[in-house]
Amino acid sequence: MTHTFAADSVGLVRPEQMHFDEPLELECRRVLPQYTLMYETYGTLNADASNAVLICHALSGHHHAAGFHDAAEKRPGWWDSCIGPGKPIDTRRFFVVALNNLGGCHGSTGPTSIDPDTGKPWGPDFPMVTVKDWVRSQARLADRLGIQKWAAVIGGSMGGMQALQWSIDYPDRLAHALVIAAAPKLSAQNIAFNEVARQSILTDPNFHGGRYTEQGTYPRQGLILARMVGHITYLSDDAMRVKFGRDLQSGHFHYGFDVEFQVESYLRHQGERFSTAFDANTYLLMTKALDYFDPAREFDNALEQALERARCGFLVVSFTSDWRFAPDRSREIVNALVAAGRDVSYAEVETDKGHDAFLLKIPEYFRVLSAYLGRVADQLEEC
Amino acid sequence: MVRPDLALLAEWIPQGARVLDLGCGDGSLLAYLKEARGIQGYGLEIDPDNIARCLDNGVNVIEQDLDQGLGNFADQRFDYVVMTQAIQALERPDGLLAEMLRVGREAIVTFPNFGYWRVRQYLLARGRMPVSRRLPYQWYDTPNIHLCTVRDFEALCHEHGHRIQERKVLNHDLQQTWPSQVWPNLFGELALYRLSH
Repeated sequence: MTHTFAADSVGLVRPEQMHFDEPLELECRRVLPQYTLMYETYGTLNADASNAVLICHALSGHHHAAGFHDAAEKRPGWWDSCIGPGKPIDTRRFFVVALNNLGGCHGSTGPTSIDPDTGKPWGPDFPMVTVKDWVRSQARLADRLGIQKWAAVIGGSMGGMQALQWSIDYPDRLAHALVIAAAPKLSAQNIAFNEVARQSILTDPNFHGGRYTEQGTYPRQGLILARMVGHITYLSDDAMRVKFGRDLQSGHFHYGFDVEFQVESYLRHQGERFSTAFDANTYLLMTKALDYFDPAREFDNALEQALERARCGFLVVSFTSDWRFAPDRSREIVNALVAAGRDVSYAEVETDKGHDAFLLKIPEYFRVLSAYLGRVADQLEEC
Repeated sequence: MVRPDLALLAEWIPQGARVLDLGCGDGSLLAYLKEARGIQGYGLEIDPDNIARCLDNGVNVIEQDLDQGLGNFADQRFDYVVMTQAIQALERPDGLLAEMLRVGREAIVTFPNFGYWRVRQYLLARGRMPVSRRLPYQWYDTPNIHLCTVRDFEALCHEHGHRIQERKVLNHDLQQTWPSQVWPNLFGELALYRLSH
């Protein structure tokens, strides 16, 4: 049976694996002797390999950014709204690479992978990875794919942080960085939310010090709680009011602790779904990587100094109702870039959708992305 | 083709200058200065359509409300801070003018002259707030809340100690003519100023 996809969909896509035998020395001083990265590509790499774009994923993301793995798949990749023929990240012009970060649980080497030394899953023994480590592993993936320089490195939230780190660590290997709904480092409040999420996992009786797989179980309740907290911070007060208000499931009060309000039902549903799809150790690792992220730290805490190393053009985008990484956090990046004399454009998109807005098809946002990336593609074709 | 007033303004800006353009619109001045003068610059803009047009034009644009000031820019970060036909729409033009000279070595300001004879004639003859090609709004829907004349502007500069380095006054065809040189406040429709400390 043939299935037709929308004209602006990349259609059927297949994940691929790249194995690396060169040891990767991590920031935590431990060494990953070998590892695998899971990735997908969309579009065609041009003859001089100049049209490649790297998509960096956010906290719970992975390599499946666009299209469908099979015709029966209900939901396309996580950023399908933005990637495809005629979409802002236009696959008629760009060769798009999306991967699952190291430490992930969707095919790249991480806590659920087998540690070759023990023959058992890494579990809690998987080394702590940082944004810097991810960027290094991504640079090696680029080498293997024959990509010397990315036309753009693009990411939202934690993905934006990777794009920022790319610009500092490999200034000659990207022409543009798109840093969306991100921050130059986490605030105490951000870290606090991450800590609540981690504690809910760490204190789940089924966590077993991270060795839950060996016990044939997993910290389901902990993951559900972690995701519920996360979800509250990804939406705005207004978005929740519009979506759920105080609407009741059954129309009247039950005076008990079962689900009564629709927002409760929504959070529980999101939590449940997440708990079956995501590994607890990976969640711990990735939230910690977020907490550690601070590219200015090795430059006397001066972001401007760190960004003086960058050579690429920047597009920074924030969303007015995002309180997880509020517009002011993006402005810190913009101000540092101006102080460093770098090329930067900044748009603050008016929306009530909160942090999650970076995944949504908001006309003003997509217009900005399309305009910027259109220029990037035009420049490639002029060369 | 760049607008004649922008071309005149560009004559003041040397090769390779660092420029901040306040209320940069679609970025055409910055694009022109980049092309003709090799400047490094940023535009500040608040309108989403204009921001997208700036990106189309390949210039750096930063979304920022000028009424919030320029506190995010360091002292003397720029050689020139430019503001074309936006000063009349600000909440506190005097404050921003001082800010322009804090973050820039020089400031370039252009504005429609409310002392222009046609404006005076309109008000005199009809007794109503003037509506023209350059000021196309009704009194109730206009973004121009602080209109001034050439004389008003120079008085403000004098009171705040801003030095007027140069002035160009253009007629309604955006040309410098002898009447607009001799009687700028009467025959100038658009005024261009270059200021320093």
